[in-house]
Amino acid sequence: MIFHFIPLRHNAGRLDLPLLAMYQYDEIDQRLVDERVAQFRDQTRRFLAGALPEDEFKALRLRNGLYIQKYAPMLRVAIPYGMLSSTQLRKLAHIARTYDKGYGHFSTRQNLQFNWPRLEDVPEILAELATVQMHAIQTSGNCVRNITTDHFAGIAPDEVVNPLVWCEILRQWSTFHPEFTYLPRKFKIAVSGSPADRAATAVHDIGLVAFRKSGSEYAYSDPNDVGFRVLVGGGLGRTPIVGHEIREFLPWPHLLTYLEAILRVYNRHGRRDNIHKARIKILVKERGIDEFRGEVEAEWTHLKDGPATLTADEVRRVASRFTWPQYEPLPREDVLVAAYAKANREFAAWQRRNVHPHRVQGYAAVTLSLKKTGVPPGDLTAEQMDTVADLAERYCFGELRVTHEQNVVLADVRIRDLPALWWEAKRLGLATPNVGLLTNIISCPGGDFCSLANARSIPVAEAIQRRFDDLDFVFDIGELDLNISGCMNACGHHHVGHIGILGVDKNGAEWYQLEIGGHQGGVGGVPAGLGKVIGPSFSAAEVPDAIERLIEVYLERRDSDAERFIDVVHRIGVAPFKERVYGKADQERAHRERQLAVA
Amino acid sequence: MAKLIRNERIASDNWQSLDADTARWVAVREDGFVPDFPEDADLIAPLALLRARGGDLLERSGRTGVLLEPNDDPAALAGVLERLALVAVRFPKYSDGRGYSSARLLRERYGFRGELRAVGDVLRDQVLFMKRCGFDAFALREDQDASGALAALGELGEQYQASYDEPQPLFRRRLAQAAAA
Repeated sequence: MIFHFIPLRHNAGRLDLPLLAMYQYDEIDQRLVDERVAQFRDQTRRFLAGALPEDEFKALRLRNGLYIQKYAPMLRVAIPYGMLSSTQLRKLAHIARTYDKGYGHFSTRQNLQFNWPRLEDVPEILAELATVQMHAIQTSGNCVRNITTDHFAGIAPDEVVNPLVWCEILRQWSTFHPEFTYLPRKFKIAVSGSPADRAATAVHDIGLVAFRKSGSEYAYSDPNDVGFRVLVGGGLGRTPIVGHEIREFLPWPHLLTYLEAILRVYNRHGRRDNIHKARIKILVKERGIDEFRGEVEAEWTHLKDGPATLTADEVRRVASRFTWPQYEPLPREDVLVAAYAKANREFAAWQRRNVHPHRVQGYAAVTLSLKKTGVPPGDLTAEQMDTVADLAERYCFGELRVTHEQNVVLADVRIRDLPALWWEAKRLGLATPNVGLLTNIISCPGGDFCSLANARSIPVAEAIQRRFDDLDFVFDIGELDLNISGCMNACGHHHVGHIGILGVDKNGAEWYQLEIGGHQGGVGGVPAGLGKVIGPSFSAAEVPDAIERLIEVYLERRDSDAERFIDVVHRIGVAPFKERVYGKADQERAHRERQLAVA
Repeated sequence: MAKLIRNERIASDNWQSLDADTARWVAVREDGFVPDFPEDADLIAPLALLRARGGDLLERSGRTGVLLEPNDDPAALAGVLERLALVAVRFPKYSDGRGYSSARLLRERYGFRGELRAVGDVLRDQVLFMKRCGFDAFALREDQDASGALAALGELGEQYQASYDEPQPLFRRRLAQAAAA
């Protein structure tokens, strides 16, 4: 059995299926989202008519991605495992224009958020989404959320198992799961098929790392050969924890029954008395991983080999509902592009930072950076959406991906097209060559939009981008993840930033705590690590200075430019950074805090 | 009186709940008197009462049911389940989802075939998934519209997962259909 169709299979000549690596709904998938729209339309009608109390409507609207925010409702649209077609993006542009203020915000969970829809319009927006096989199902609420994965899924050279098919199987399984719709708290699952783990599986409620025992060959046939390393109880938020391994190897046929066993133990025994202790990580921590594993195994003996056991036919069927790009035979290198890179330093910089290797010869993946200075991280206007949809159509089989770093990836671009694509992206302001660098800041919407936030995130991100506006300097600093969250819910993933910034509230004022040393993977083979707070917090105006001092220490202490910021933190520890940042300021701050406390 | 839906119909409820009275029924007076249960009535007893006086309850001519709280383990009923005509599972708040797992365990693991009734904060927008987990009776909260709840049972016509009312997950049915075609 072969689950990968590169470049063995495509749907050229079938007009009903576009050429892209995406799952296509069948009649039943479509009927379900249509029925969901009708259901929500009726729920909204009853709420507006006063027949459904606020609190009871809340649970229902959250399960359709609808929050009531600071200034207006916020609608979170699911982009299942980050995959989006040009057609879908144009629909999102249309919605942004018709029902919102002309833009959307890509979140860190591969979703898209509209910040200004009217409640009355939401059923209509959902109906529009359903026409392009999209929905907002379970993008919020205490249920299984959108499944996330590696934004290079299916094309990464280091990938050993393609996670997309498994993500879709999990999407269907988790959609309207009757038993797990009112869990103690939200539940996030991530799937990775590469040792590099770009899906940050270790900081999810369940992390699945697909691999094959026999090595790294791409296609596979034996159920006992391909399976998942299962992690449980990881997460960010106010109690950041790296997930524990609950199972070293789970053969793929048992994926759903094993997850049901975990979810059932959690649903029955997870804490419901305190919202801050309700995530599965607390249950796992309180019981200990060994006891928790024992309970899951005991539950699983009853479910194992039951009807939910996956079959090769089903995996093949789901795989066949995906359309896969038809790659052309191309040379490995393109001499013209190489010459262009030599002649054009700006293009070369972009190619180095924003172009990524592809498993198919002659192709590359391109990140369109949504991190231009002065633009809130992750924001895209309706016009940009339309143009990006065009770019994807012309350069990438009409397919795009949304990354948890809040950028857009065109995953299947011919190397020979890179200069042309670069020109167009540059004109659109989407070619900032900063992927993996300090100015590629991950940020939640923060206090400007979110009612949970303690502090604003976007102005801080912008101030840092402005401070580090010399691109050569940013290049010299090299790989650095800087993540900002406006509160301890950690939507900006600050715990796993090499530098993490957390907005805190002190006596009604906005303050910012700095952490260093966190990472989402790729340090000494450790899947993920959490940062350490370096000391007392800063005012917004002080943050860029503090970051600058951290960078100074790094540049002085690195052994070569191959040693990254995160590596230096791990080698020399937090103390030298702390000394530099606080030094004299430390005493001034202590003095000021005493005064505040007295006041 | 709470509105009852049973087997997708509005039904009348002949069961009496001993819910609030556990202490009274278990208490033994100084003279050794233990109160008798009404002989013919259909009675729903909390789990603690069933444990304390199961023999007396089950040997009456009236039927016996039990009320499970969300943290009661359905395994506690394993030995007695076939003598119970009804199990009620209480939802203290509609957002407390433990009862969904209790229902599946009762039906799928312990093979309960009697009436499985959702009681407490039972609302029209949750009955569909309750049904999928094995409930066939719903004692709706006082303010709920019973005909609306009946309609809600049909709001989503399909489901991906294996569950009590559809033990075959959609993928197995899809494959069977494809094979038959």
